[in-house]
Amino acid sequence: MERIFFKFNKEIFSKRGDLKIAPLNNTYNWNLRQRIFNIVIFSMGIFIIIILAGILITLFYGSFPALKKFGLNFFINKEWDPVFNKFGSLPVLIGTLLTSFIALFISIFFSLSISILLGEYFKKGGFSNFIKTSVELLAAVPSVIYGFWGLFVIVPLIRTLEIKLTLPSYGVGIFTASLILAIMIIPYAASIGREMIELVPSDIKEAAYALGATRYEVIKKVILPYSKSGIIAGVFLALGRALGETMAVTMLIGNSNFIPKTIFHPCNTMASVIANEFTEATTEIYTSSLIEIGLILFFVTVIINLIGKYIIKKFTIETRRENG
Amino acid sequence: MDKKIIFRIFKDKLFKFIVICTSGLVLIPLVFIILYIIKNGISVINLEFLFTLPKPIGEAGGGIIHSLTGTFILIILASLFSIPLGIGAGIYAVEHKKSKVAKIIIFSVEILQGIPSIVIGIIGYMWLVKPIGQFSALSGGITLGIMMLPIVIKATEETLKLIPFSLKEAAIALGVPYYKAILKVILPSAKSGIITGILVGIARISGETAPLLFTAFGNNFLNFNIFKPIDALPLLIFNYATSPYKEWHKIAWGASFVIVILILVLNISTRLVVKKWRT
Repeated sequence: MERIFFKFNKEIFSKRGDLKIAPLNNTYNWNLRQRIFNIVIFSMGIFIIIILAGILITLFYGSFPALKKFGLNFFINKEWDPVFNKFGSLPVLIGTLLTSFIALFISIFFSLSISILLGEYFKKGGFSNFIKTSVELLAAVPSVIYGFWGLFVIVPLIRTLEIKLTLPSYGVGIFTASLILAIMIIPYAASIGREMIELVPSDIKEAAYALGATRYEVIKKVILPYSKSGIIAGVFLALGRALGETMAVTMLIGNSNFIPKTIFHPCNTMASVIANEFTEATTEIYTSSLIEIGLILFFVTVIINLIGKYIIKKFTIETRRENG
Repeated sequence: MDKKIIFRIFKDKLFKFIVICTSGLVLIPLVFIILYIIKNGISVINLEFLFTLPKPIGEAGGGIIHSLTGTFILIILASLFSIPLGIGAGIYAVEHKKSKVAKIIIFSVEILQGIPSIVIGIIGYMWLVKPIGQFSALSGGITLGIMMLPIVIKATEETLKLIPFSLKEAAIALGVPYYKAILKVILPSAKSGIITGILVGIARISGETAPLLFTAFGNNFLNFNIFKPIDALPLLIFNYATSPYKEWHKIAWGASFVIVILILVLNISTRLVVKKWRT
């Protein structure tokens, strides 16, 4: 009996999805339609893969002249000089790393405290909903508006600060861009952190409470160590965001292709140099160098994203398995 | 009580206080941004602002009708590109869960999701602007569509996974052909999840600027031809905000207000769809 049922099942849901039992109303050619449907969804699926492959091939193809001309020196050369066709990405790479890591450093404290607040102190209720909605709203504001706001509010503030500190008063610069970037990435790290903290099984928390631990001690000695890898993954994903963020940074970083002396100097990130110069690039090697920067950006963000997602997936599955 | 215990309780209270304070601190920029946009935006907004073209520098007034229509055209083009493709690929990924192709599709979607918008802008330029020979609304729309695609596929895949298998079994037991079971039974019951995904995708792309810089490019006139450059609200904000003119800054604040309202409406409708689905 079981065997017959299995066979029946297999026939209906066979891989091609063909229905073996002829329908009563035989005026339609179901089989043909079925085949067309299968082909259509298959080709749509394949098309997604083609898009991704196409992106990779296009980036490689576009950056080929620069790859050939500069080779590995592209990473080491300090000069970015379109007039003399000299392109080295070192200033841009330094600018990108500095802005992203300063932003990460500023945001980590805030995003951690929001994840603790929403994951442990206020899991439900009005206050929690209010904070959650606000943080989601923070993520929904378009990047160009952050840049615009930063240009009119943060830049004058930074400029006064710089005058007080007797620094060159650019206003725009790495620090300004990092500040806005920090605000922009807090929601991502915070929402992942909250999910990871919520995954911590309640029995181990209860065990700690039963031993007489205060809530602070439970958070510090049980929750954070347990969800550590997940929280780090959240930080990773936020870093991926920060590296690829374009508009706000373009408007606030000052766009100068020199290695910055301090973090108050203007600089450029990989994304902002592309945004600023791509439509102006006249020579082939210029465009090609910009595309190569795009290629580097692509690989860095994709790898960071995949690592972050992998850690989260592993953590989630392991936690679920351990706790049924 | 023991002094040590009092100290521990004090530390506990202090920690809670610090956590609440730092979380509150994050809301300050949000409140500031929203208030700033409302304060500067609402004074500009009126019917003339929404329904006229921009005036040259020095003249008062002028509106943003060209970028409003541009944004809508771009959203429609992006949706036309990404929704059918996304739902189709999503169905394939779920229906052939165990096949290698489906796994590669899911993996590609994960990668596509992480690509920075500026890189997608380069791709749009290389694929659609260079061959055509000029910037166009079509290239902008499809570039935005590529950004929206992974969101639609993910939403479709995740909702379809949750549909009970018995539903499909029941349909097939009634003699419904397999493809009809999917189109007429499975998809409608997954409707709200997919719509949520689409709305989230539209909310995401409607504020996107970077990919449009090299594709839609911007245009100061009303344009309905999809093979010509077109303006969009975020592009207008970027161009006007970085210009030195006070009048243009005002218009940019007005446009920011409009775009924030648009995104807010999309977010609220997403929530309503989710709510309807859950009950």
